[in-house]
Amino acid sequence: MRREIPLIITFVCGITMIIQFFIPHWPFSDVKSYFQHTYMIIAAFAMILGICNLTRLHIFKIRDRRENWGYSIVLLVGLAIMAIPGLFQGIHEGTMFEFLFKNAHVPMNSTMFSLLAFFVASASYRAFRARTFDAALLLIAGFAVMLGRAPIGDTLTSFMPEGWQMSDLANWIMAFPNTAGQRAIMMGSGLGIVATSLRVILGIERSYLGGE
Amino acid sequence: MRNLSSGRSSYSYWLSVHVLALFLALLISGECSAVATPTSGIRPGAPINPSVKDRPNDEGGAIEITWEASFDDTRGRGIVRSYSILRSTEAVSGFEKVGEVDSGRGRYLFVDDGVENGKRHFYKLVSQTSSGAISEPCIIGPISASAQWFHSERWNMLIALIIVSASVLTFISMARKGRDLYIRPIAGLQAVDEAVGRATEMGRPVLYIPGILDMDDVQTIAGVAILGRVARKTAEYETPLTVPVSRSVVMSAAQETVKEAYWDVGKPDAFHPEMVRYLTDDQFGFAAGVDGIMLREKPATVFFQGAFYAESLILAETGHSIGAVQIAGTAMTSQLPFFVTACDYTLIGEELFAAGAYLTEDPRLLGSLKGQDVAKGLAIVFILIGIILETAGFHWLTEFLTVN
Amino acid sequence: MAPEMRVSIVERLRNIDRRVIFVLVAAAVIIPLLHPLGLPLKSSPPSSSLYREIENLGPGSVVLMAFDYDPATDVELGPMSLALLKHCFSRGHKVVSLALWPMGASLARASFAQTAEEFGAKYGVDYVNLGFKAGGIVVIDSLGKSIHESFPKDVDGTPLEELPLMRNINSYADIDFVLGLSAGDPGLPFWIMIAQGRYGKKVGGGCTAVSAPMLYPYYPNQLLGLLGGMKGAAEYELLIEAKGSATKGMDAQSIAHALIVLFVIIGNLFYFMGRSREKRGGQI
Repeated sequence: MRREIPLIITFVCGITMIIQFFIPHWPFSDVKSYFQHTYMIIAAFAMILGICNLTRLHIFKIRDRRENWGYSIVLLVGLAIMAIPGLFQGIHEGTMFEFLFKNAHVPMNSTMFSLLAFFVASASYRAFRARTFDAALLLIAGFAVMLGRAPIGDTLTSFMPEGWQMSDLANWIMAFPNTAGQRAIMMGSGLGIVATSLRVILGIERSYLGGE
Repeated sequence: MRNLSSGRSSYSYWLSVHVLALFLALLISGECSAVATPTSGIRPGAPINPSVKDRPNDEGGAIEITWEASFDDTRGRGIVRSYSILRSTEAVSGFEKVGEVDSGRGRYLFVDDGVENGKRHFYKLVSQTSSGAISEPCIIGPISASAQWFHSERWNMLIALIIVSASVLTFISMARKGRDLYIRPIAGLQAVDEAVGRATEMGRPVLYIPGILDMDDVQTIAGVAILGRVARKTAEYETPLTVPVSRSVVMSAAQETVKEAYWDVGKPDAFHPEMVRYLTDDQFGFAAGVDGIMLREKPATVFFQGAFYAESLILAETGHSIGAVQIAGTAMTSQLPFFVTACDYTLIGEELFAAGAYLTEDPRLLGSLKGQDVAKGLAIVFILIGIILETAGFHWLTEFLTVN
Repeated sequence: MAPEMRVSIVERLRNIDRRVIFVLVAAAVIIPLLHPLGLPLKSSPPSSSLYREIENLGPGSVVLMAFDYDPATDVELGPMSLALLKHCFSRGHKVVSLALWPMGASLARASFAQTAEEFGAKYGVDYVNLGFKAGGIVVIDSLGKSIHESFPKDVDGTPLEELPLMRNINSYADIDFVLGLSAGDPGLPFWIMIAQGRYGKKVGGGCTAVSAPMLYPYYPNQLLGLLGGMKGAAEYELLIEAKGSATKGMDAQSIAHALIVLFVIIGNLFYFMGRSREKRGGQI
């Protein structure tokens, strides 16, 4: 029964969600928001599980003096510094939490995001190779979009007539070949999602529950 | 009426026109009422062409009232400040205000969603000025709200769902009966065994990241399903496995999946709950955490299977810098170029959803992939027909396929 | 120079330490920020289309603006929000903002603070900040039924009934245009799916440069206009004739893009040099 009960719940919830899409009448009208709210409540409680998992893992790491256990101290101290003021003082403007958020969390977040620019550069240098004709086409399209999506593209092609400059080429690539490719992948993914959902609802795919 | 109302040469002329209009309206329809209401200042023109209907395709309880701007709205003298909507169960009395809409638009829609189903209602609509003067009221109705048992604009979706489901179920049934189904080789999935074997030989762990979204995203479900297959291999080879996750629900599901995989191959002692680690819900906090794990633990193989956003390249480049073999899979089209560039193998879009089925070789799962292919074939046929029809100026197919 | 030495240089440049690349990228970004080049800019069709849509809304139209991003992407989406707010206020539109990302509400507050005063826009009358609500697509869907039920109070805890602007706004029926500024999930695709797909509202917006290709398939039918990354923001600043931080960043972006193109060319050059040596039987 340990396996069957979750499968029955999945089947009932899945079929009900499909039905509610086509039947606006009560009780189906309330089913969707009921399930979604239920999920949000479960997810909120699961957050406690997550934090417990994180804390336990690092306490054990410190206790057993495992490799790099010093980082675990940093993590637990960081967790406490952010969580305690938030719990006791609130998170509104002027609180310790808000100060830490603005002056520590925000810059660190921005730093991580900005790493993307550096990694794009190193990945381009290392991996964009015109190994085949297709790869060469991809590379040329990449050049056009890179240059066309910044003012330098038009500056370099300013001798060309209006409508034939680099930004126009970049816009054309984005609007047609890119859109065509994106749509094809999106449609394939959409069908994949439908098939996966059917497998899950019908209990054929059960590995996410730990089964084969 | 439009010309008369806009010709506002004198107040008396304007007033007489409105009285005449009111009289005519009463005479013709009997709907507009001349109920006297205390007013001050110049009376504004009434709302034009008011209409009322039950809101379609809903659970009931709502009535839609539409009208066009009064001649004294912004187009005319601009004295109308707002419109009031009043409701009653009687045609002549008992009206109570249910809403007010500011002026300034050409056409108005007000939804009264506090209505009892099946009960007759009348609506009174008046325009009013800032000085408190109100127009002659226009009474519309009767109308009653009702719930619908089928969404009349979703036939297309129902047909599509039946076709796709029938196709998938037919092939599952065929596969169950033992029919041989050919599935094209997917390089990234063929490399899974080799990648896990490499980690075993090197004595280094396998790192598996099931995306950064929650279990309500199908990509995450697909990612966790593939994790089950990978965990069986790491259990067989006794290779350490680390699964950092960014959602608590995913952590619970992934822990259960890995645990069952280890039990299934008879290695329950090799399983530790710490294999699946919750890091943080924060996108870049998670990216930083995973990068840290990569640099410290130096995994030989990294799997990225699920939904990823801007952190994809940050993770994949760090993985490359430690020399790991990387197998990615996502349906996030904007991240695919990054994975294709930085990883050794990438499952594109639907390949991610097919991976679970592919790795088990369970005929029922493989059958569902075939069914999916048939549905895709049909979609291509519809696209081609649609292109021809649209080019020829026929839009009925596009209109039929539009989802509401 | 001896052939062995040349080989060694090619090999060394092929496997260059990536930190060298990082330093060059940093220089390519910082130097143009300090010494702007003033490269000319022109707007792309998706940006111009969004501008026209906002421009053509009647005065007093209600624009729902979603701040679905966090500080990490504020550098790209922040300038967009400022340009769009300036345009809305200058045209006399009313703006109702909300956030599906926790930090979005604070970012909306900051954007209003930088723009409202210039146009004499008053809180509660010309604009309202509804704040953050968790739930993503559920929240977007719930606005079709009742905004007042989903957001009983604004970001400061004021009941919506006390805000004159919100007296007449209760669902998508009262919204003329939906603007989504999106850094990921939940974001613009959900607004397109629900607000446009289900409720037939006009939807436009902006996103980070990296997610722009994903949103192009929706333009121009489901998505009436799109600002992609800092370039999109700069284009909008150009269209409303109010240069801001995005325009200032364009030179840095230009040089950084050119540098990456240069890296790819050099990378390929070494790749082909290595391949030709391999063919000749030499080492690389």
